Amino acid sequence: MSSNYNGVFKQIMVLISALVGALLVGALFLLLAKSDPVKAYGVMFSGPFSDKFGITETLVRAVPLLLVGLGIVISFRSGIINIGAEGQILAGAIGATAVATSLPDLPAVMLLPLVFLAGATCGGLWGGIAGWLKARLSVNEILSTVMLNQIALQIYLFLIRGPLIDPKEVSYGTGVPQTALIPEHIWLSKLIPGTRIHSGLIFALLLAVLVYVFLWKTSSGYRMRAVGAGPEAARYAGIRVEWYLVLAMALAGGMAGLAGVVEVAGVHHRSLEGLSAGYGFSGIVAALFGRLHPLGTIPASVLFGALLVGADMMQRAVNIPAAMIMVIQGLVVLFVVSSDYFLQNPDFGARIKAKLFGEKADGEGGK
Amino acid sequence: MGEKIEHLEMRGITKRFPGVLSNNKVNIQLKTGEVLAILGENGAGKTTLMNILYGLYQPDAGKILLNGKSVRINSPSEAIELGIGMVHQHFMLVPTLTVCENVILGLSKNFFMDLKTAAKRIKEITDTYGLAINPDAYVWQLSVGEQQRVEIVKALYRGANLLILDEPTAVLTPQEANDLIQLLKNMSEKGNSIILISHKLNEVMAVSDRVTVLRDGEVCADVNTRETSQEELARLMVGRDMAPCRREGAFSPGKPVLELQDVFARGDKGTDALAGVSLRIREGEILGIAGVSGNGQKELAEVIAGLRKTSRGKIVLNGKESTQMSPSRIIEQGLGYIPEDRIHVGTIPSFSIWENLILKDHHQPPFTKHFLLQNRTIMSHSSSQVEKYGIKTPTLETPTGRLSGGNIQRVVLAREITRKPVALVAAYPTRGLDIGATEYLHSKLLEARSNGIGVLLISEDLEELTNVCDRIAVLYEGRIMKVIPVEEADERILGLLMAGIAEEAQVQA
Ligand SMILES: Nc1ncnc2c1ncn2[C@@H]1O[C@H](COP(=O)(O)OP(=O)(O)OP(=O)(O)O)[C@@H](O)[C@H]1O
Ligand SMILES: [Mg+2]
Repeated sequence: MSSNYNGVFKQIMVLISALVGALLVGALFLLLAKSDPVKAYGVMFSGPFSDKFGITETLVRAVPLLLVGLGIVISFRSGIINIGAEGQILAGAIGATAVATSLPDLPAVMLLPLVFLAGATCGGLWGGIAGWLKARLSVNEILSTVMLNQIALQIYLFLIRGPLIDPKEVSYGTGVPQTALIPEHIWLSKLIPGTRIHSGLIFALLLAVLVYVFLWKTSSGYRMRAVGAGPEAARYAGIRVEWYLVLAMALAGGMAGLAGVVEVAGVHHRSLEGLSAGYGFSGIVAALFGRLHPLGTIPASVLFGALLVGADMMQRAVNIPAAMIMVIQGLVVLFVVSSDYFLQNPDFGARIKAKLFGEKADGEGGK
Repeated sequence: MGEKIEHLEMRGITKRFPGVLSNNKVNIQLKTGEVLAILGENGAGKTTLMNILYGLYQPDAGKILLNGKSVRINSPSEAIELGIGMVHQHFMLVPTLTVCENVILGLSKNFFMDLKTAAKRIKEITDTYGLAINPDAYVWQLSVGEQQRVEIVKALYRGANLLILDEPTAVLTPQEANDLIQLLKNMSEKGNSIILISHKLNEVMAVSDRVTVLRDGEVCADVNTRETSQEELARLMVGRDMAPCRREGAFSPGKPVLELQDVFARGDKGTDALAGVSLRIREGEILGIAGVSGNGQKELAEVIAGLRKTSRGKIVLNGKESTQMSPSRIIEQGLGYIPEDRIHVGTIPSFSIWENLILKDHHQPPFTKHFLLQNRTIMSHSSSQVEKYGIKTPTLETPTGRLSGGNIQRVVLAREITRKPVALVAAYPTRGLDIGATEYLHSKLLEARSNGIGVLLISEDLEELTNVCDRIAVLYEGRIMKVIPVEEADERILGLLMAGIAEEAQVQA
């Protein structure tokens, strides 16, 4: 299996070069913004790893990235592109909060699973809509998920301002748009006291292994990958392609919904404005960077978690808008996707080499 | 555009892919006005060699000499600049554009295209070579043979004087194939050089001046066509004598396994592609469907497999009506199906060999228990299949997309026959297969027949049909013209029926 290791090594090298490439181009933007890229990147990369705070915050960010990323892996592998994780996170978060706040007296052993189930179901239904639209009416899933994001956001904002607003906000007259706190006995336990890192991390890691087993070791996973890789052949083999498209989107939505749940139960303990925090988009980047593999998505999520934390620190230290990280993420997507071309066409590299070094390589015929 | 190619040489070309040596120190030569045929079994490395010449791949070693000068061809556009054109087996045309627009696509340096001048030049080219083609026709309106001619015009328009054709006749009707051969002769007489890859030895004999035979990536013979024969070429290719497979054993069909009663179905264009087809296939019989493709063959196969809806009529499979059944129910009911498009329908190119071998049974024991794929069972099943069906592959994990055409077909065949179907539909199963693989496939179909499977064999190759079928039905414009026992079928009668002439054939028969 040495060729396999070789392949993995090559992939890692290509990914690193993609990241470096993205950062180099990002540096140009930093220069344009009249700041020192060396200093900015210095803060961005040393920050997350310099102390306990940086490391734990990185992991706090990695949890929702990983959960969203796992959903992305499932949907992309099934041949359906899910841009709707933002909305699905919100659906999951609000569903979980609603259940948790309305059944405060239930013991944790019952309430906690119920809350997770509620969040996954809400996210799953929200994702499933896009899947259904595609399967039944051939509505392009990119368009529908983007629009469903907007709809979810508006419903979410309405709920946390109106029906589900914290009664205290009303009685104090402050009116901050957020729900009541969920009962304390279902807050996810802290892994390290005094930090924000919570047991949702372990949950997400377990789920990554589960998704891997599901996709590659079960017959249903086989079918979903078959639908993604060869829809015509899947239909020929008797697989109900439409049904698996809906299922894939529902599972992807469910995963994103769970990201919403852990943000509520592990970090904020309520639903509030800005809860999804762009995880729905960054999760796509993490999944792509993890080569659309559930286990590859784990380190990728940690990496992008670190980049998010680093960008915040950079903003504070050198006064660069943290939105810079969006630019870098966008560049990473571009670089990773085009590096796919490299991996699939080994001759492309040779061709470029020939272009660059021209006749030098020619005479000997490559011995 | 470069100077005219008077002489081409590929010297010591070696190309390695993970686990396979696709070309090993291959030498070929070609003079102006010459037609060189490249022969070889599936996977011998023919396409790889041509892709290298066309700049799609870089050789690991060796060089290409044009008119004695060493050149490096980094991309198809550089190949075109040097005067090398290639017609791929899968056409690269835009269906919604006209012929003229397709020909100049990607050429125009200006924003506005000068369609008038282009049309005039296309006319000149078509007149010179006697290529009948209307520059204003839309590509989607054209038959496969005409589309191929557009590809050729495209290459000529770009100034190609060395033309590579990779299995050009595999998808053509016999008539179209004859026309193409004529055209190639014409072009070589006018001073163009041609490299032709084909598995059909009669074509090679008819048109080529020289033949280079590849075996396992190496040149094993280089002969003048005049000094050789079909038999010798076959022997050189396969390394042993070939004898065509024939039916033997008494014809004693059992009960019907597949029946179609007055079946109607619409084609992709919305018209009736099947207009009242009735057929009956019995256990242990091979029923051939002859006819020019495009007369409802594709729809016939799809309707039986449940992949296309019937608009009227009834299908009975293994004693149960299957007209409304889902594809998976039909598979359970005992239908095997070797589809026409084996690459994208018969297999999933990015899936490994073992994954493709369980495509239809992945959800059942012994391959799946309690939702979990049983790796060990699957692997031992797959490796025995690979061995039994002679699938040439480095590993079981190799994606089928990396296999050569003949080996992909073996994967499909292995899967479909091992499932022990009651009825087997095979659509153009030997298209693009080398003679060895064709013989092998025929022997497998005959084996299926003697095991009591009812086979429906759709083909355009009359020799194939008369060799292996018990009865032959001729399909014309969605209707069965006639079903005749093979003893009464000769090429002339079949030809008449295929052209839609029933009465005369009736009188003669
Ligand atoms: N891109 C690729 N990656 C890996 N292996 C390849 C690739 N292209 C070809 N091969 C391998 O190289 C060998 C030669 O393939 P090639 O397509 O040249 O055969 P061929 O002579 O054209 O066969 P056919 O008659 O079936 O078309 C095969 O074993 C094939 O699996
Ligand atoms: Mg080939």
